Amino acid sequence: MGKKKTLTLLSSALALSMLLAGCSDSEEAGGSSGSAEKEIKFMHLWPEGSSKKHFDVVNEIIAEYEAENEGVSVDLEVLSNEQYKDKLRVLSTSGDLPDVGLTWAAGFLEPYVGGNMFAPLDDVIEEDLSDAFVPGTTEAYAMDGATYGLPLELNIVSLYYNKAMFEEQGITPPETYEELETAVKEFNDAGIQPIALGNRDSWTGSMWYMYLADRIGGADVLNKAIDRSGSFEDPALVEAAAKTQELVDMDAFVNGFNGLADEEAKSMFMSGQTPMYLIATWDLPNFTTNESVPQEFRDSIGYLNFPTVDGEGDTSSFVGGPGVGLFVAEESEVKEEAKDFASYFVKAWGEEAVTKAGVIPATKVDAGSLDLPEMYVDILDELNGATNITLFADVQMSPDVAQVHLDSIQALFGNEITPEEFAKNHEEALSKE
Amino acid sequence: MNKVMSNKFYIAFYIAPALLLLLILVFIPLGLSGYYGLMDWDGIGEKTFIGLENYIQGIQDKLFWNSAFHSFLLAIFSTLSLVIYLTVSFILASKIKGADLLRKIYLIPMLLSSVAIAQLWVKIYNPSNGILNVFLMSIGVENPPLWLANPSIVLFAIFVPILWQYAGFYILIYYAALKNIPESLIEAARIDGASAFQIATRIKLPLIKEVVSVTIVLAIVGSLKYFDLIYVMTAGGPNGASEVMASYMYKLAFSNYNFGYGSAIGFLLLIITLIVTLIIRKLTETKDKLEY
Repeated sequence: MGKKKTLTLLSSALALSMLLAGCSDSEEAGGSSGSAEKEIKFMHLWPEGSSKKHFDVVNEIIAEYEAENEGVSVDLEVLSNEQYKDKLRVLSTSGDLPDVGLTWAAGFLEPYVGGNMFAPLDDVIEEDLSDAFVPGTTEAYAMDGATYGLPLELNIVSLYYNKAMFEEQGITPPETYEELETAVKEFNDAGIQPIALGNRDSWTGSMWYMYLADRIGGADVLNKAIDRSGSFEDPALVEAAAKTQELVDMDAFVNGFNGLADEEAKSMFMSGQTPMYLIATWDLPNFTTNESVPQEFRDSIGYLNFPTVDGEGDTSSFVGGPGVGLFVAEESEVKEEAKDFASYFVKAWGEEAVTKAGVIPATKVDAGSLDLPEMYVDILDELNGATNITLFADVQMSPDVAQVHLDSIQALFGNEITPEEFAKNHEEALSKE
Repeated sequence: MNKVMSNKFYIAFYIAPALLLLLILVFIPLGLSGYYGLMDWDGIGEKTFIGLENYIQGIQDKLFWNSAFHSFLLAIFSTLSLVIYLTVSFILASKIKGADLLRKIYLIPMLLSSVAIAQLWVKIYNPSNGILNVFLMSIGVENPPLWLANPSIVLFAIFVPILWQYAGFYILIYYAALKNIPESLIEAARIDGASAFQIATRIKLPLIKEVVSVTIVLAIVGSLKYFDLIYVMTAGGPNGASEVMASYMYKLAFSNYNFGYGSAIGFLLLIITLIVTLIIRKLTETKDKLEY
C-alpha cells in the first residue's frame, strides 16, 4: 500500500505549497483598501547610510507634502542602487510596482514602457511644470510621443584638473586638443600619468569618445548614428575613434586603465597622483563641499569644458544626461494622488537638492540667489548657456546595443580593434534592431 | 526507531521538507529557465514563444564558446592544482611540526567572502599602486604587466586568487582522508621497508582514491559554473577576455535585458556541466572497493 499513498501525499504537499505561494499576493492587495487614508507607495535609492543628504531631503519633502495634504500618506521604501534595480524588475513582473518610484532615462525605461507599466506624465508637465525643466531633460524620458518620467538630476561631463599640479609643472590647462596633447606629453616627461580613467566600467571611456565625436562632427552626428538617420561609419565618428586611440598611444591615460574601476581611477585623481579626470557633475561635492576630502585638494581643483579639436567644436555643447527621474505606475490604485505627489516632489526638489545634497537638479534654479560653492554657480551658469546636451550613448541605446558599444569601447581603448572595426560593430548591432 | 524507519509513510514524511525545498528552489527553476529559453523575453514585458531559436543562437554564438573555453581552462587548472593540494596534505599529515597551525592558515581564504577576496586582489593587481607591481618596479622591472587590463594575461591573473581561495578547502578534505588511514597499515609498510615516498604513492594514495575522484568532480563542476571573483574583479573584461559561461549568462540576462537568451545559455551551461560530470564519474570510477 505504501508506495501509492506516499506518492499521493508528496504530490498533494507540493500542490498545497504552490497554492499557498499563489495566495500571498491577493491578500496584500486587499489589505490597503480598508483604511480611509490614501497611501502612496514611494520607493527610492538613497539609503540613509550611503546618501544621508539625499535621504534627508526626500524625508523633508514627504513631511511637508503630508502636512499639506491631509488624508494622504507616503509609505517609503529605500534600497541601494543595484538592489533597487533588481527589486523594480521583480515587482514589475508581478504587477506590484510602487505608485511612485525612480527610473533612469531612455534605454532603462524601454521595457517598462513597452509593458505598459509606467503612466504617461505629459498632463502633469503641461499643467504644473510647463517651464520648470532645463531644456533637453524631459526628452530623455520620452518614448513614442509621451513622457514617462519627471527628471530630478542632471549631470554634465567636464574635464576636472588639479591646478596645483599644472602650476608645479608649469603646464597650461588645455583648451584645445593640441594643448591637451602637449600637456599629456609634458606630464609624461615629468613621470606623472596624465589622465585618470577607469575603463573597466567602460561608460567612462565612452565619455571621451562621445566628446571627441561631438567636437569633430558636431552635436548631432552621434545622435543621428544611434537613431539610424546617420551612420557610425560617418567620417567624423571614425575620426573620433582614431583620435581616442591616438590618446591611448600617447600614454595619456593611467597604466592598466582597462582593468581599473572608475572608483580606482577617481582615487588616483583625488590623491593627487594624476592631474586630469573626465567625470560628470555627480562628483562635484567631492571637489567642493565634501568635508572628508582635504580642503587643500578641494581648493586646487578646477574644471574645463572639453577641448576643441583642430579648432572645431562648440565648447558649450555637453555630454551628459538626466540621472534618475520619477515615474508613476500605470496600475496604481491612487494614480491621481501619485501624480500630484510626483509633481510636488519635483518642484520642491530643485533648490533643496542643490543646496543640501549637492545635486544639480534637472529643474531650473536661480543659482545667484542660492548660497552655493563657486564651482556650482559656474556649472549652473554653463548649463544655462548650454547649446546642446548629448545623452550618454549607453543610455540612449537599447540594452543590447549599449553592451556592444561598451565592449567595443573597451576594445578600442585596448587597441584590439581599429576605428573602422569599431564603426562596423556598431553598425551591425544597430541594424539587427 | 527501526519500526519507524520501515514505515514508508514516515520516510516520506521526513524526506518531504528537504524534497520540497529542492524542488522549489532547484528543480522547478531549472525547468523554468529551460522553458524561458524558448521565449523572446526582456524579463519584464510579454513573452513570445520562438521555439529553439535561442538555443540554436547559443550554439552558434562565438562569444559563448569563447567563455566556455575560459571555463574549461579554469577547470583544467583547478584539477591540476589538486596535485599541489594533495602534496601539501601529505606533508601536513606526516606529523611535521606546526601542522595544525599551517592547516588553519591554509583555511583562512575559505573563511573570507568572495567579494572581499576580489577586492583584496584588485588592490594587489593595481597597475600603479598595487603591491605586486610596486614590488616588481622596486626590483627593476620597468614595465610590469598590467594584470587585469592585458587581455592575454587577465584570465590567468584571476585564476591565481580563485585557486588560492579553494586551496584550504581541498587540503582540509585530503587531510581528513589521510588521517583516516589506520596507522597499522603504515606501520606494516614501514616494517616491510617501504620509503616515505612509496608509502605515500603506493599505500595512502590508493586508499583515498575515492576522495580524490570526488574532489576532481567538485573542482571541475565548480570551475565550470564559476562566477564570483570574475564578476567582481573584471566583470568579464577587458572586451570579454575573462568572460566565463556564468558571467556571460549574467551579462545577457541582467545587463542586456535578454532574459530568454540568458536562460537558454544558463540551460546550455547546465547541460555541459552534466555531461562533463558524467564523463568524469565514468573515468574515475573505482571498480574494486577497498576495505580497511
